Amino acid sequence: MLSINNLVAEVEGKTILKGLNLEVKPGEVHAIMGPNGAGKSTLGNVLAGRENYEKTDGTVTLDGKDIFELEPEERAAEGMFLAFQYPVEIPGVSNLEFLKASIDAISKYRGVEAPDSVSFMKKAREACKAVNLDQNFLKRGVNEGFSGGEKKRNEIMQMMLLEPKLCILDETDSGLDIDALQVVAKGVNELRSPDRAFVVVTHYQRLLDYIVPDYVHVLADGKIVKSGGKELALELEKKGYSWLEQEVA
Amino acid sequence: MSDEVINERIGKDYKAGFVTEVDSETLPPGLNEDVVRAISAKKGEPEWMLEWRLKAFEAWKTMEEPDWAHVNFPKVDYQEISYFSSPKSMEDKPKSLDEVDPQLLETYEKLGIPLHEQEILAGVAVDAVFDSVSVATTFREKLEEAGVIFCPISEAVHKHPELVKKYLGTVVPVRDNFFAALNCAVFSDGSFVYIPKGVRCPMELSTYFRINEAKTGQFERTLIVAEEGSHVSYLEGCTAPMRDENQLHAAVVELVALDNAEIKYSTVQNWYPGDENGKGGIYNFVTKRGVCHNNAKISWTQVETGSAVTWKYPSCILKGDNSIGEFYSVALTNNMQQADTGTKMIHLGKNTKSTIIAKGISAGKSQSSYRGLVRMSPMAEGARNFTQCDSLLIGDKCGAHTFPYIESKNPSAVIEHEATTSKVSDDQMFLCQQRGIDPEKAVSMIVNGFCKEVFKELPMEFAVEAGKLLEVSLEGSVG
Ligand SMILES: Nc1ncnc2c1ncn2[C@@H]1O[C@H](COP(=O)(O)OP(=O)(O)O)[C@@H](O)[C@H]1O
Ligand SMILES: [Mg+2]
Repeated sequence: MLSINNLVAEVEGKTILKGLNLEVKPGEVHAIMGPNGAGKSTLGNVLAGRENYEKTDGTVTLDGKDIFELEPEERAAEGMFLAFQYPVEIPGVSNLEFLKASIDAISKYRGVEAPDSVSFMKKAREACKAVNLDQNFLKRGVNEGFSGGEKKRNEIMQMMLLEPKLCILDETDSGLDIDALQVVAKGVNELRSPDRAFVVVTHYQRLLDYIVPDYVHVLADGKIVKSGGKELALELEKKGYSWLEQEVA
Repeated sequence: MSDEVINERIGKDYKAGFVTEVDSETLPPGLNEDVVRAISAKKGEPEWMLEWRLKAFEAWKTMEEPDWAHVNFPKVDYQEISYFSSPKSMEDKPKSLDEVDPQLLETYEKLGIPLHEQEILAGVAVDAVFDSVSVATTFREKLEEAGVIFCPISEAVHKHPELVKKYLGTVVPVRDNFFAALNCAVFSDGSFVYIPKGVRCPMELSTYFRINEAKTGQFERTLIVAEEGSHVSYLEGCTAPMRDENQLHAAVVELVALDNAEIKYSTVQNWYPGDENGKGGIYNFVTKRGVCHNNAKISWTQVETGSAVTWKYPSCILKGDNSIGEFYSVALTNNMQQADTGTKMIHLGKNTKSTIIAKGISAGKSQSSYRGLVRMSPMAEGARNFTQCDSLLIGDKCGAHTFPYIESKNPSAVIEHEATTSKVSDDQMFLCQQRGIDPEKAVSMIVNGFCKEVFKELPMEFAVEAGKLLEVSLEGSVG
């Protein structure tokens, strides 16, 4: 599904990703761990097409399509979803209005009929319920005055409603208490399916107790320096990252 | 969205910019006593009206154009402008819509304002002013049943002289300011509304102003009188063709809300703003003011997206005890537009209350200023004001400015003022795009969200219109 080859990318003239390789197949869950500043969020931003995050070398394809040929909104419509590390507020624009605009735009891109308001509302309510958000959050401005945990749950709610094929979660677990963490994990697990893939960026093993990954990768200094199964996360939890950096050096 | 990309793509599509080919009777440019007399004669006005105009003209000659606003434009040559233009077919006034020139009806249809009663949004009566004359007022009979008078002011001068004499110039005196004095001397047409005691006007009233003829000024005059305990909601809309030269629009609106009456006055102003290089566009110099008697309420809501230069401060004189004044405003400027707008709340009575919510949006190289005065007189025991001014910037070549003036002569009065400035941020744009929403739709959605508090004050169908208008006005403001 997602194929990243030797990706080199820079932000404001500074090279952050330095030849990154990653192969994600449908149905898989990949966890990406690594020290602060390693380039994990940068990877998500480059994939999603954020302004000023420039690819300088390598290729990335999503189901065979070169993503760098696509605008950010086209990548989204192709089924790429990024759950943000720091979700931003859009005052006065209700969640509902925002999500309707999103679904309408995506449907239009795909040349399919957008869901009517009734079925859309129904799905939106269900998505809220799934992440334990009160229905009122649909009427409130996007992330406006939400607590940190509510913002993260709101991201997952959007993901559940939009049903993307590639879900990238950037530290969705940071700042969540254990209950909220379980809610988020439950949402993700509900979405797991043979034709959907997840890239989960996290610092903590505890999330991976609930979202069990197929692969764990360590991203350090702009590269994947080690990959393994779910046991690797436990090892990292015990030993930290420094032994890896030594190993690489 | 980097600012560069935003700036690069700024452009604008003005959909009301067409010209209607009608034979017009237009006075030659220039202003002198004879012109004032000619206008009055064209309208067959009584002597008292002519006298009033002439006095205003004398006053105007001694006055100077104000220069304190945060706007910059070449001096207007008042001798270059024609002060009266009327489609020829209006010479013999049509008695019903069937007699109105189909060309004119078509113009309003193109603007989305059908004048045939059966086609009109149920419950909205419309007066349409084309250049200097009113071409049609709809639903008059239904209104008359309720005792409501809604007609062109030129007609009110003939049919209801006692009311016009009693109220005209009482809220905005002839010498109030340069533009108001000019309007008094040469005003052409506009709407007159009278709501009798205790009557709730059975429908929304609205007036559409259209400038068509080149090199003409439009000087409309609106007077609304709401008798004790009555209620009315009124909306005005404005458009003009795209022309290279600037055109002057200097209107005066007076509102009188007697005891316990309520007037809601909404404006959607979309005069031609000029092109992206600042060529052409309307100079919109408007004086709007209302007076509230005991327990009365006046609420101004405006959505200003048009005009090259706007100078406009809809105000409330809270004369009666417990009276309420409100001002809700969205002013959007793009390209080279300049707007200096705001309000004055003059608290005279006890326990008077005012609320000001002003939203300024600047894109392109435009400049938008909020200028507001809150005055608490020594008599205004227990008066309160709340002001909130928010500015939103799109790109980095535009400017937003806030000039609040506060004068409090009563220690028991409470004045609160909040102001914020924000930008449509890269983070917000990226979030929208990451959810599949293209940049233009994203900006318009973010801007609409920013305006929500004001839009909710507009009558329902116009709130939708206003949202669309913002979208059109912002077209091309992002890449
Ligand atoms: N917008 C930006 N401008 C400048 N530097 C940035 C920007 N975004 C990320 N960086 C830099 O890129 C590096 C990687 O950051 P990031 O991808 O956020 O790391 P991680 O998510 O792994 O903690 C850091 O050195 C950070 O300072
Ligand atoms: Mg990060």
